Amino acid sequence: MAAVVVVIPVGWAIAGDLVPEIPPAKGEHCVEPTDVMRRHHMDFILHQRDETMHRGIRTEKFELEECLGCHVRKGPDGEYPRYPSPKHFCNSCHSYAAVHIDCFSCHNDVPPEEESEDSDSSDGGSAE
Amino acid sequence: MSDEKRTQPHSEEAAAGVSRRQFLGMAAGAAGISVAPGVFLYGVAGAKPADQPVTDAVRWGLLVDTNQCQEDCDACVTACEEENGWSFEEGSTTDPQWIRKLNVKDPGTGFTVSMPMMCQHCEHPPCVDVCPTGASFRRVDGIVLVDKHICIGCRYCMMACPYKARSLVHRDLHDQKYPRGKGTVESCTMCVRKVDRGDGTTACAEACDRDGHKAILFGDLKDPDSEISQRLRRYGGTQIRADLRLNTGVRYQGI
Repeated sequence: MAAVVVVIPVGWAIAGDLVPEIPPAKGEHCVEPTDVMRRHHMDFILHQRDETMHRGIRTEKFELEECLGCHVRKGPDGEYPRYPSPKHFCNSCHSYAAVHIDCFSCHNDVPPEEESEDSDSSDGGSAE
Repeated sequence: MSDEKRTQPHSEEAAAGVSRRQFLGMAAGAAGISVAPGVFLYGVAGAKPADQPVTDAVRWGLLVDTNQCQEDCDACVTACEEENGWSFEEGSTTDPQWIRKLNVKDPGTGFTVSMPMMCQHCEHPPCVDVCPTGASFRRVDGIVLVDKHICIGCRYCMMACPYKARSLVHRDLHDQKYPRGKGTVESCTMCVRKVDRGDGTTACAEACDRDGHKAILFGDLKDPDSEISQRLRRYGGTQIRADLRLNTGVRYQGI
């Protein structure tokens, strides 16, 4: 009897860890619908990198810096989350799914700094 | 109204501005500029459009005038380091080096010459020949690159390169300015990002110009009217290790 009473609150406590906590992105939608991206983002990435490296095609739609520009946003402390942190968009799901990615051993894991970030802010000056 | 147009004399039409013959001529001219899809004019467009693949209509190359190169100057090296985010500490055996300065002396005559040495972007690159994975490749516009997605870090290309142009990255990297990673091989990319963006030059050439030496010139070797082609035609140019018949994209004058 006593054992059953103990299990329930413990069960509630761990329920929150059963799904990944994915940080919200900028803007309204991604370049592809969410279900397409969930299933195929790796295909887009792998195809685009060959196109860019070998053929010099640098379309923005699947360019990594563009992905980071929306999906990796500064936290309330004004700093970008870095890849090892679960607050980084890619890591939030990949660590949950236990699928190791090595993109960021070569690529920078945060978007490039905008030169005119402080001026020309159309969002009312919020930290971005 | 259509009747009036039909009876309009030719002289009035000509006086009105564009005659039919002129219009057809202009239309043909406009069609001539917009050539077949996939082909674009560098001269008119400037940067390559992002969604177009590179073509072999151009061959990017560098011309180094060693008469202008100063022995104690390494502006090109510093510029490359800043542009691409690497740094070489003197005496290191593991730091990468995309470009280095060579100061050579002919012991017989005492003649000294200074020059930058970087990947020579050969037409027949030994590094591409030996690469077991195909990571080392020559883009059709002449730039020789390492595809780090495929590179396994075997360093065969480093051994094969006659110019010792390639380096292995030994350390974990963070905040890369340009994609570079531990365990992969890297070398001068002829500032491929800048070139594709339409900057029309490389960081080393830019820095050399800025410092007033103007020893490095970037340009299209296939365009007979480009400055690099004109200078090569007038003054000649030497390949380093020309005996290997690699047809390098980097030529030197004054050696």
